Amino acid sequence: MNLRQTLALLCVAASLLLAPGCAKKSNEPVVGVYLALTGKQADFGITTRQGVELAAEEINSRQGINGKKLKFVFEDDRGDPAEARTAVSKLIDQEGAVAILGDVASKNSIAAGQVCQQREIPMISPSSTNPRVTQDRPYVFRVCFIDPFQGYVMAKFAADNLKVHTAAVLWDNSQDYSVGLAKVFLQEFPKMGGKIVAQVNYQSDDQDFSSQLTKIRAANPDVIYVPGYYSEVALIARKARELGIKVPLLGGDGWTSPTLVQRSGGALYGSYMSDHYSAESEKPAVKQFVEAFKAKFHTEPNSLAALGYDATWILADAMKRAGDFKPKDIRDQIAATRDYPGVTGNITINSQRNAVKSAVVLKIGKDRPEYFTTIDPPK
Amino acid sequence: MQEFLQQLINGVVWGSAYALIALGYTMVYGILRLINFAHGDVYMMGAYVAYFIGLALGASATHTLMGGALILAGAMAGSAVLGFCIERFIYRPLSSAPRLTLLIAAIGVSLFLEYFAQLQFGSEPRLFPQFLRQETVFQMGRVTLSNQQALVVIVSILLGLGLQYIVHLTSIGRAMRAVSFDREAAALMGISVNTVVSFTFVLGSALAAAAAVLISLNNPQILPFMGIQPGLKAFVAAVLGGIGNVWGAIAGGLLMGIAETMVVGYGQSSWRDGIVFAILIVVLLVKPTGLFGSPVTDRA
Repeated sequence: MNLRQTLALLCVAASLLLAPGCAKKSNEPVVGVYLALTGKQADFGITTRQGVELAAEEINSRQGINGKKLKFVFEDDRGDPAEARTAVSKLIDQEGAVAILGDVASKNSIAAGQVCQQREIPMISPSSTNPRVTQDRPYVFRVCFIDPFQGYVMAKFAADNLKVHTAAVLWDNSQDYSVGLAKVFLQEFPKMGGKIVAQVNYQSDDQDFSSQLTKIRAANPDVIYVPGYYSEVALIARKARELGIKVPLLGGDGWTSPTLVQRSGGALYGSYMSDHYSAESEKPAVKQFVEAFKAKFHTEPNSLAALGYDATWILADAMKRAGDFKPKDIRDQIAATRDYPGVTGNITINSQRNAVKSAVVLKIGKDRPEYFTTIDPPK
Repeated sequence: MQEFLQQLINGVVWGSAYALIALGYTMVYGILRLINFAHGDVYMMGAYVAYFIGLALGASATHTLMGGALILAGAMAGSAVLGFCIERFIYRPLSSAPRLTLLIAAIGVSLFLEYFAQLQFGSEPRLFPQFLRQETVFQMGRVTLSNQQALVVIVSILLGLGLQYIVHLTSIGRAMRAVSFDREAAALMGISVNTVVSFTFVLGSALAAAAAVLISLNNPQILPFMGIQPGLKAFVAAVLGGIGNVWGAIAGGLLMGIAETMVVGYGQSSWRDGIVFAILIVVLLVKPTGLFGSPVTDRA
């Protein structure tokens, strides 16, 4: 063994010894955040991170929690469920995270939630709406409503507000989120007197939607429900107009992206989406949040940013009530959250670890979605 | 009936793009007996070259036909250079190595291009420059054809004819056919095999870039991984038509495009890939050389 090899070996050995040591040395409690910061869902992750960062700054500038500042560590899962699992494992093992925040797309949250449940580290998803995210996982929570409600909102909106009779549904068969919303809409809309005239699906990586839309066009629906994610929805909308389909498209919070209108090139003008909040709200909490957000990021916060902000504050609030940073105690206090005044509404965590809130419907305007109406949960 | 005609149009448009990509696979296979797995990524790079040319020209210029022609020509040239470099600096030094080495190298180049693009251009979908404002050029009842769709088909036909001209009526084309027929004998007759191989890569890569520009105009979002699916499908199209055969690649591409559209239109999007590959298996079982494949005739 020559000198260079010996040195190299020593370096490897040293890094192996030091790596776990470093993580444990920090005495700031670590909150791990995993989000899709690159890839096709990057708009989701980036806006959510801004919300988390704003809340983190506020928390730490007010003496932190229980006399300690929180350390937020961000990991990119590239919008991939397998990467999300790796990211969360890394946050727990190497960073020593006592709580986890993330992700937006349900598929990633379902995968990573399993890891959090196994390791008994509490996780809050800011905006994953598929029911399976929190199902049978006592350590996994969310601060948003769930798909059965979101699907109900659009079915009710179509039947009661738009007063349409027929609808086509076009969903992304490779995303749990999209399948979940489509299923609920397909159940609820006929109950409200509507008729489903076409059911078509696509896959996330598809680049061409002309054959799906041709099928839908032949069925002549009054509206098309497209509960997909923004990048495909933009292409679908363009293609629909190209094929001469003029009816409005309806969608869910998967449409939330600062680039939606630009990507769709005006093709979504006059369409509607359900969402968690509107930045136009007159509530003082919302106004304060919007101002602080604009001052920091020079852009208007969308619902994902607002939910990232709420999720972070709810976690901090639970830590404060727990009085320590033991994952088990934090979990119990998140579960005990009642009537927390968040910017996306009053948040109460129910026994299924979901938040029960009303939804807003936004209408896509010339350059951004605008507030249209609010729909409350069924009594 | 109208729905069927519309689906047929959709299929032909998409199939024309497959055909353009498949031509690159089939020509390279004909000459080198190499399945160039990086071909789909050359397609992707073509789209990015076009994107950056569009960006450099500015929004106003990209809306003109002249801008469009510039974007198309630039992307084809850019990809041609890339294809040339891949062959010259990666495949050629390996030309005496076992065929498997070459295949692994092709997969390596493919991964390199994908992750290079992700690192360099970012992984968020980019909006492709719209140099041709979308309009309906043909309408019969509810059957419509937009100018962008028409452009895909027209440019594909022109490029296909151009390729036929080059392969059959020029001396470099004759050299290509000779090398494809018998590489050693062609070399002995004084044909510069290296030049022919380079030329084949240049030609195939330019066609892939053309397909990328046409498809991205129609579905204006481009991604670092956008080449994987079309690349795989075009490869299947080339095999389906009989790999090494120019007409086979065109027929295979059209068949694939129409089959995919019909499966989605009258079945389920989840079945699409399954059914398309089932067609491939059946064709290969019945005719192992592909639809037009025969061991000797018309290789290019």
